[in-house]
Amino acid sequence: MSYIFYLIVYGFLLTAALGLLASWVDRKLTARVQYRVGPPLLQPLIDIIKLSGKETLIPKDSQKMLFLSAPVIGFAGCVLASTLLWMNNINTQNTFIGDIIVLIYLLVIPSLSIMLGGFSSGNLYAGIGASREMKLILSYELPFILSVLAVVIHSHFSIKLGGILNFQSQNGFVIGSYSGALAFLAMLMCVQAKLGLVPFDVAEAETEIISGPLIEYSGAALAIYRLTKNMLLFLLPFFMVILFLGGMRFDGINILYSALKYTGILALIVVIRNTNPRVRIDQAMRFFWGPVTILAVIAVILAIKGL
Amino acid sequence: MGIKLKALLKSPWVFHLSTGSCNNCDIEILDCLTPRFDIERFGMVLVGSIRHADVLLVTGSANRKCIPKIKKLYEQAPKPCLVVAIGECALSRGMFINSYNCPVPVDKIIPVDVYIPGCPPKPEAIIAGIVKLIGKIKK
Ligand code: SF4
Repeated sequence: MSYIFYLIVYGFLLTAALGLLASWVDRKLTARVQYRVGPPLLQPLIDIIKLSGKETLIPKDSQKMLFLSAPVIGFAGCVLASTLLWMNNINTQNTFIGDIIVLIYLLVIPSLSIMLGGFSSGNLYAGIGASREMKLILSYELPFILSVLAVVIHSHFSIKLGGILNFQSQNGFVIGSYSGALAFLAMLMCVQAKLGLVPFDVAEAETEIISGPLIEYSGAALAIYRLTKNMLLFLLPFFMVILFLGGMRFDGINILYSALKYTGILALIVVIRNTNPRVRIDQAMRFFWGPVTILAVIAVILAIKGL
Repeated sequence: MGIKLKALLKSPWVFHLSTGSCNNCDIEILDCLTPRFDIERFGMVLVGSIRHADVLLVTGSANRKCIPKIKKLYEQAPKPCLVVAIGECALSRGMFINSYNCPVPVDKIIPVDVYIPGCPPKPEAIIAGIVKLIGKIKK
């Protein structure tokens, strides 16, 4: 019973609310960087309500079932991942061996669902976008897993999220060590690509392939995709907070401290997004397999040395 | 007024269709997104795909090649979808009124909700037009 509670209240409602808020912060900051005023606070929520009230069109040469179920698959993966994170964050005993591996798999599902949706919609641009998304997954997944591995090794080989949190509450944050700092940097790049934000938004390039895999989506299906995106905008920085900054706590003054940790990472992501041009897909791959992977490997080696 | 309609008025996403304009109207539309006017304050975003759009902005004089495309785009838009004709060309074909290539104005092809005259209309005029459109739906 308590699992269902976690799933609905924390996994869905809280994450969705915080994700919408994060998306507003993102848009507002972007607007301020460009000397604009920016949208009002409720704008992301209004967008979702509006989209869900619109007609959902299904293109003639699409795979109907896959086309309609792809957004739901991605959404489900996102909700499950957030449930797992919240459960560990609230009670560190609420964990099982290898949940970090499950989490890595779950975090790939939203990207996979975008690919499925793109390929099944039968549109040329969507196909190009989906294939770019696939290449992007191939490129960022290696350094992502390596930097998670660095954290796992650093916290004495505990492949439990709860174990990592316990380790940090006793020995200080992972980011305080050399290996942790390097892994954090590598992870930040990967998260930027996972979120599909600007330097690595090749899959959705609005001005080039017209929002790529999502081009044929309208109405409620698009609303689910947007909600998933907004939730991921909360989820991935939250994952980083758990891995590197000792998780979030919500008692007394700690709530401010947790908010600060999260907003710090979000602000970093938004600033990177606003100060960089879009790279080509081959440049993105070279970047991830070159410098970022080397960074992550160095982090792993340092972690084995115990630094 | 239902909550969905209210939400629609608070976040109209616009799609921009040029049917053979001289590109001046299009530049004025893009001006609305610049820091001076910033229509994102009202939740308006320029989207790239007609499937995401709520408002279809039509500029230009609807030449023969474009007419089937305009119809197709209008059919592809998820309803409710509003149409705004921008510029003298889209309203009445302007200086191309006697051209062999521009048989009818835009509102003979698809239903138009708001007309914004001018050659090109100022960004202020475009925003005023959208405000009138919102007022019209509210009634
Ligand atoms: S109305 Fe004037 S500015 Fe606009 S497309 Fe026509 S000629 Fe160009």
